[in-house]
Amino acid sequence: MSAREVTAKAKHLEMGLSDADVLEMYRYIVLARALDDRMWVLQRAGKAMFVISGPGHEGAQVGMMWPLDRKHDWFVPFYRSVAAVLVKGMSPAEILLSLLAKATDPSSGGRQMPAHYGHPRYKILSTSSPVGTQYPHAAGIAYAAKIRRTGEVVITSIGDGGTSQGDWHEALNFAAIHKVPCIFAVENNRYAISVPLNKQMAVPSIALRAQGYGMPGSSVDGNDVLECYRVTKEAYDRAKRGDGPTLIEFRVERLGSHSSDDQQERYRPKEEIEAARQRDPILTFGTYLRSVGLLDDAKDQQLRAEVQREIDEATDVAERAPDPDPATAARHVYYDPDPDNPVDPVWWRGDTDRRR
Amino acid sequence: MPEIRYLDALNQAHHEEFERDERVIVMGEDVGRKGGVFGVTMGLYEKFGEDRVIDTPLAESSIVGCAIGMAANGLLPIAEIQFADFIHPAFDQIVSEAARMRYRSNGAFGCPMVIRVPYGGSHGTALYHSQSVEAFYAHVPGLKVVAPYTPYDAKGMLKEAIRDPDPVLFLEHKRMYRIVKGEVPEGDYTVPIGPAVVRREGKDISVFAYGWMLHESLQAAQALAAEGIDVEVVDVRSLRPLDKETILGSVAKTNKALIVYEDNRFVGFGAELAALIAEEAFEDLDGPVTRLAGPDVPGIPFAKPLEQWFWITQEKIASAVRKLAHY
Ligand SMILES: Cc1ncc(C[n+]2csc(CCOP(=O)(O)OP(=O)(O)O)c2C)c(N)n1
Repeated sequence: MSAREVTAKAKHLEMGLSDADVLEMYRYIVLARALDDRMWVLQRAGKAMFVISGPGHEGAQVGMMWPLDRKHDWFVPFYRSVAAVLVKGMSPAEILLSLLAKATDPSSGGRQMPAHYGHPRYKILSTSSPVGTQYPHAAGIAYAAKIRRTGEVVITSIGDGGTSQGDWHEALNFAAIHKVPCIFAVENNRYAISVPLNKQMAVPSIALRAQGYGMPGSSVDGNDVLECYRVTKEAYDRAKRGDGPTLIEFRVERLGSHSSDDQQERYRPKEEIEAARQRDPILTFGTYLRSVGLLDDAKDQQLRAEVQREIDEATDVAERAPDPDPATAARHVYYDPDPDNPVDPVWWRGDTDRRR
Repeated sequence: MPEIRYLDALNQAHHEEFERDERVIVMGEDVGRKGGVFGVTMGLYEKFGEDRVIDTPLAESSIVGCAIGMAANGLLPIAEIQFADFIHPAFDQIVSEAARMRYRSNGAFGCPMVIRVPYGGSHGTALYHSQSVEAFYAHVPGLKVVAPYTPYDAKGMLKEAIRDPDPVLFLEHKRMYRIVKGEVPEGDYTVPIGPAVVRREGKDISVFAYGWMLHESLQAAQALAAEGIDVEVVDVRSLRPLDKETILGSVAKTNKALIVYEDNRFVGFGAELAALIAEEAFEDLDGPVTRLAGPDVPGIPFAKPLEQWFWITQEKIASAVRKLAHY
């Protein structure tokens, strides 16, 4: 082994990640991408009405979610959080059930558009469409965790455009005042649909804004999965120690159009789209794993074949699932307990232990 | 005269007003290079430049708030809210500021601006891309609220709204953009804000609607003609101010009133119409003032069977008309 390989290998081990950890992280990235590809195939085939997903964001998401305790900690997602919700515990089938708006979709029973994730069992808060509203929710969950001494840490995420909303700023302010255990992630892909970053803000880095609220802020290359992990782990440990929130900017690439209703070729230069593809986290992380001898062509192919099988099975499950019954459409406008519903109605009390 | 889409009529109005008056500007998310997510502002950025066609940060409160300031200082802003569902962060700016500016300054300041708002449900638009918000804003004195239906009205009323000295909330039902077509003259004309219009004459029953619900009501009326029910359809294209005369005149003629709106039934805009007719046309009525409106759930669900359950279709309208006509 050359000297370079030895230092490279030391990197994940030095961070306290095992070989098995990093291979598992890679598998999640590949899984999220394969799931993503499948969603677009289903959309083109006319089976899904709409897709919005996270190609290019997966490396940052897997890195940022890895420090969390998947059962105990909270995640407040946004529509690009495909890889993140997978790490948190959702299955590809559960995501496809919501894509196809099936009765058993755990996020909303088919009521919401796809990509509005939520899962009581995995402590993934239900999300809406208005950009920015999730940030105060995360601050509030973290505040409750603090005064109830649950030891939970909360992580939430958003895009660069979302940082323009008042809610975003108000949440950081509140969280810093109360030193709550919250990690505020921003996945900066430099676009909000077609609006570029220089029309969104005049600061050179989103991380700088942390200062204005009294918390640390970092900016990290979102295609460097290990760096994403390292920076989030520091924030996680801070939160656990009771030292308060952190803002982290993950600089990522949006590899596709904003959604299935958008054509990025209309407002984005070809060369830029091409260049983004070179920074794909599957490539960058794959290269790292190869450099430390954990991956080769044969292993990669085997892993991808397994992932493909998992996605095929998930697609079958989702396609076979029943549509929602219109007789249920007026339910759950108010508290409406259902003995057959696996979602525990005591959820609203935040009594998390009773749901285990 | 050329037949064009609702969308193109709005686009034409923008281009013509931009040419006519250099104080006119447009601002909103993706209105520039992309030309708007629905294409309403297409071509403006290329022709008039980024000073007048502003891709704003993703922040509705500041879209409206900054437009209020621009209006105070000599511009005529058109603020586009990408979807009605995302207007809520701007509620305070619209209700506390834009609507009250003139009254609170005893007439010293005004707020000549248009807030364009794509609203309503279309296929697969679900809880957060399908809301009807007219009741929130029609409630507020100081605002004008319109919801034109024909492409002719869309163009003429948008021009009128731009030239109006007060803030106008301009509602565009998303489903109409590409489906509704009609004759629109090239060049300048305006359609006044205020008057309602009878779109279809009839003698048995009056249906009151606006936006896409008007479209469905006209279809239903056509189908019912074959059954011998002669339906009058009134386009309530101006919600505030409201044209009492046309509405009451129609009830005086048919003696029956059905009000159709897509928003949730409870405290929806149709409740105001119902109250007006009940109070002022009581003697004319031969049946209960009736509302057909969206069910009272917090939004249109996404899954097709649930969405279908929510929608006010021409079939549902026809059966409500039959019931009331035979009362
Ligand atoms: C309050 C609000 N306004 C507008 C929209 C429409 N919209 C959906 S996503 C989006 C762009 C978001 O950009 P960004 O936050 O940078 O995240 P990205 O999609 O790039 O990951 C817009 C304008 C919305 N959902 N919510």
